Amino acid sequence: MTTTPPAPPKVRTLARSATVRKAKNRTSTWLPPLLVFLGLIGVWYAITFLVLDEKRRFLMPPPHEVVAAFFDPATFVEIMQALGRTTLVALVGLAFAIVIGVLWAVAMSQAKWVERSLYPYAVVLQCIPILALVPLIGFWFGFEYPARVIVCIMIALFPMVSNTLFGLQSVDPGQRELFQLQRAGRWTILTKLEFPAALPAIFAGMRISAGLAVVGAIVGDFFFRRGEPGLGSLLSTYTARLRSAELFATIFVAALLGVAIFALFGWIGKRVVGKWYDFSAN
Amino acid sequence: MTIAPSPVAPATTTDQLLRFENVAMTFPNGTTALSGVSLTVNRGEFVTVVGPSGCGKSTLLRIASGLTPATEGVTQVDTSRIGYVFQDATLLPWRDVQSNVELLAELNGIPKKQRTATAKEAIDLVGLSGFEKHLPKTLSGGMKMRTSLARSLTLNPELFLFDEPFGALDEITRERLNDELIRLFTEQQFAGLFITHSVSEAVYLSTRVIVMSGRPGHIVDEFPVEFPFPRDPDIRFTAEYAELCGKVSHALREGHS
Repeated sequence: MTTTPPAPPKVRTLARSATVRKAKNRTSTWLPPLLVFLGLIGVWYAITFLVLDEKRRFLMPPPHEVVAAFFDPATFVEIMQALGRTTLVALVGLAFAIVIGVLWAVAMSQAKWVERSLYPYAVVLQCIPILALVPLIGFWFGFEYPARVIVCIMIALFPMVSNTLFGLQSVDPGQRELFQLQRAGRWTILTKLEFPAALPAIFAGMRISAGLAVVGAIVGDFFFRRGEPGLGSLLSTYTARLRSAELFATIFVAALLGVAIFALFGWIGKRVVGKWYDFSAN
Repeated sequence: MTIAPSPVAPATTTDQLLRFENVAMTFPNGTTALSGVSLTVNRGEFVTVVGPSGCGKSTLLRIASGLTPATEGVTQVDTSRIGYVFQDATLLPWRDVQSNVELLAELNGIPKKQRTATAKEAIDLVGLSGFEKHLPKTLSGGMKMRTSLARSLTLNPELFLFDEPFGALDEITRERLNDELIRLFTEQQFAGLFITHSVSEAVYLSTRVIVMSGRPGHIVDEFPVEFPFPRDPDIRFTAEYAELCGKVSHALREGHS
């Protein structure tokens, strides 16, 4: 016993217990939502078969019918094509929202008077019910693709503006003085200090905007239905035709798209600034 | 108030790097932070300013660096090579040690190759070799401060301004950094103006201790420190050191009442 070196086994035990803990953590993250999901499916079946009589069962078709409808070849292709179009609108709208939002915030961060003049409009944009503007957007830009993108931008813009501005203004005063002491110019301060410091806030805004961009894209093609249908158009078509299993399948696809885009931007943010910034600390 | 010229300024170099004459500072809101401050820092000197919090000692440093202009009096700075070490390390969290240390040279438009070499040298000087690729969040408080020191050293300053740089560190780290600072001071030949609220740190580091008092900030007394450089850490246990610390503390208390 005394001849064996004590250190290596100890290290191994530690390593193993760490893995065990990690595995345990993973189960404890996944298990509760999974249980809730199974519970919801149960409630769903109960409503379909216990609450609704047969004539009204189309209001809530049972889950297996929804799955079957989704995998029906014709419907599947229809939904997937719509998904592709909506994703494209959401991503294009989001890209515009990011560029416009960041530029808007940078302009406001450069001078107090610009901020005072422009910030109220960012808030107004956030407050107008976009649906009220939808007819007008249709008049001006047609009832097709560009109008969908514009609705998407309007819905996704505000979090980009406010988060970027917050990030740019949250620079540590000491770091600012460090740059002032070297007589750094405005552009240098923006590119070497303010912008990198704002990145975590920008990515947080991007994640919120990404979710909203999906909402915007679906609202957009719900109303602007000329041209090829997106998920929004499909939703209204299936509703009109009382094809409720397909309607449910489309709703789930739309929800998954939102979650996927939200997660994607969360992941990108972590990749870019996670090395030096701890998102979980906030 | 006039202050007699310091008797300790080493005879070899006597040229002046920084001079305040009757400097006063009144903020726009009406509070007077400083009044009638006259002080000179010469080449070869390491001057510390002790005083209670809020006595305007940091304001003095900000005036010297040009961050905040004084509202009255003459401020004369006779060098463009000024190092400034802040209370916090103020490192950019997205840059590693090497590139944080390069920052000031970069802002001054020094070519990449040259600033890499200068930064490397400065990192060696503060004893951080091997940590070049580390991000600030992986460093201890003391190491962050060393990085901050190295960053200022790349400017090869003639006048070094320190705004309570070690105030947030633990006693052991602080004493070690004090010794490093003394070594740098003896090797690098800069003049220092060091703000602190620790009497023992002030006496240990400097060639001259200035005692300030608040409301509004003014100089109440001044003590030459004559221990030879580089300082032997053990002087902290001598009677002369204790006596001098006693005198400074006494002046602080009298100025405060």
